[in-house]
Amino acid sequence: MSEFEGLYGIWLREFKVFQREKSRVVSAIAQPIIWLFLLGGGIGASIDTSRIGNVDYQHFLFPGIVAMSTMFGTVFYGLYIVWDRKIDVLKEILVAPISRITVFFGKVLGGATDAMITVFILLLLGVVLVGISPVGVVAGLGIALLLAVGMVSIGLTLGAFFESMEGFQVIITFMIFPLFFLSGALYPISGLDPVLGTAVQANPVTYAVDGLRGALIGQSHFPLWLDVGIMLLFDAAMVLLGTWAFRRMKL
Amino acid sequence: MVVEAAGSNDGVMIAAQGLTKRFGDLTAVDHIELEIRRGEIFGLLGPNGAGKTTTISMLITIRPITEGRATVNGYDVARQPAKVRASCGIVFQEPSIDTALTARENLELHARLYGVPKAIRRERIEELLALVDLKDREDSVVKTFSGGMKRRLEIARGLLHHPPVIFLDEPTLGLDPQTRQHIWDYIERLRREMRTTFVLTTHYMEEADRLCDRIAIIDRGKIVALGTPKELKDSLGGDTVVLTMKEPPLEAFRALSFVSKVDVRDGAVWLSMERATSNLAHVIQAAGGREIATVEVRRPTLEDVFIRLTGRAIRQAEEGGGEGWFGAAMQYTASTNR
Repeated sequence: MSEFEGLYGIWLREFKVFQREKSRVVSAIAQPIIWLFLLGGGIGASIDTSRIGNVDYQHFLFPGIVAMSTMFGTVFYGLYIVWDRKIDVLKEILVAPISRITVFFGKVLGGATDAMITVFILLLLGVVLVGISPVGVVAGLGIALLLAVGMVSIGLTLGAFFESMEGFQVIITFMIFPLFFLSGALYPISGLDPVLGTAVQANPVTYAVDGLRGALIGQSHFPLWLDVGIMLLFDAAMVLLGTWAFRRMKL
Repeated sequence: MVVEAAGSNDGVMIAAQGLTKRFGDLTAVDHIELEIRRGEIFGLLGPNGAGKTTTISMLITIRPITEGRATVNGYDVARQPAKVRASCGIVFQEPSIDTALTARENLELHARLYGVPKAIRRERIEELLALVDLKDREDSVVKTFSGGMKRRLEIARGLLHHPPVIFLDEPTLGLDPQTRQHIWDYIERLRREMRTTFVLTTHYMEEADRLCDRIAIIDRGKIVALGTPKELKDSLGGDTVVLTMKEPPLEAFRALSFVSKVDVRDGAVWLSMERATSNLAHVIQAAGGREIATVEVRRPTLEDVFIRLTGRAIRQAEEGGGEGWFGAAMQYTASTNR
């Protein structure tokens, strides 16, 4: 019971912090819209729509933007524990008589909640902008949640190992951007050259983007069961990795 | 989590035997023996880097013990860490309050983490906010608090689950004198009302002297002296009276029964004696009407005890550890000033 109270306490803390950081919420919503109009509008003007299933590029891009928002938001959220450790906020939680696994799950829930709120607002905008159906909103939330759990776990795992924020740029450049670019968020994954194609298929984020595109605009490359199955496996692996990292994390 | 004292602790709250911590070649804590009783305010006094924080870190289970063993509230630190943690309130040296939350939210989070039952949570929080005089600021985000307010909130947080023992690592570091006084009062009140045991580290001599029942002076990982502040000061052999005067009658001073030693240094006469304040009149009488320019009565301080035991002042020990050119220079300056 005490573990559950602790879990709730940690989640509540994250939720309150998220509510208070209004600028973060605003930019989390504004940034995808900027991408959609400034990038989507520009590239859309010169693209052959027959290659992307005869939809307008902004429609094609929208699920990719939802994935991007989920991914970047959650990874940063996870990495942020480096800062929490540096200013000793996390110390109070780590010395409490609750298990590290509870702390980890509290943080995952917190990060996933933040992401879900942002994604929900984005999807509502999507209803207006690209005509997503109510069913699409619900399905989109489900798939984004699967992506969020795995990505927040990655962020927390890396955050547990870093001593300072200096390694962040390296992670962003060599891990997060490649995962994003190789996910099919910005371009269709059929007809790529073999090397790029293989990398795309090996990337778990690809299946989240594919699932989102299926749910939001009815266009997908893989069957839904495969997208969901791979995301579940990915989440399980990342959660395991994260709990291990938290258990060995030093104060 | 409900914490009751384990069966076999007969008044002993903390015990350590041969407690040792090594980091590679460096021995940060070197075979420390401690026995701290329930309701005691116990001080670990020493310069930064002496091993105070490392000792506490081992006792509260956040650093593994290299050698030896320790119990807190009857629980073995290495084998029952969760029970030890539930028995402890901890106020860290570095601020660890969550500045994004309000004062009340910080306490609520702590109550949940330590499993304080819901039924008494609210009342307990009210009580502690009042204790640390933060009732009127309970709903302000901690970001807006001054250093002293944050510290008080942290102390309230440390007390919230009514732990039998509270560890305070440099609780008043960097606080203004008034706030320090307040915090000392709270600590004394809690000990009186709840028989809480306190272990605090400090390098403020007057804090240790004023607050602690017993003090362990710790230097380079070892306990070099242990006792009540009075015992430690008395170990130096009483007070000193320093007189500046022309042609001091040294023989007359030596003849006084209560004077144990007469020295002439830096143009002054140094008399070691017992109860200097009541014997001062006899000293002046012994001067036989000669003009005395200045009289100074010096009672030994814990700083003097530290200097006697380690050969250096706490400040010096911090600044250069007595090693390296800076430490050597400091020691040279100190010795020429004396």
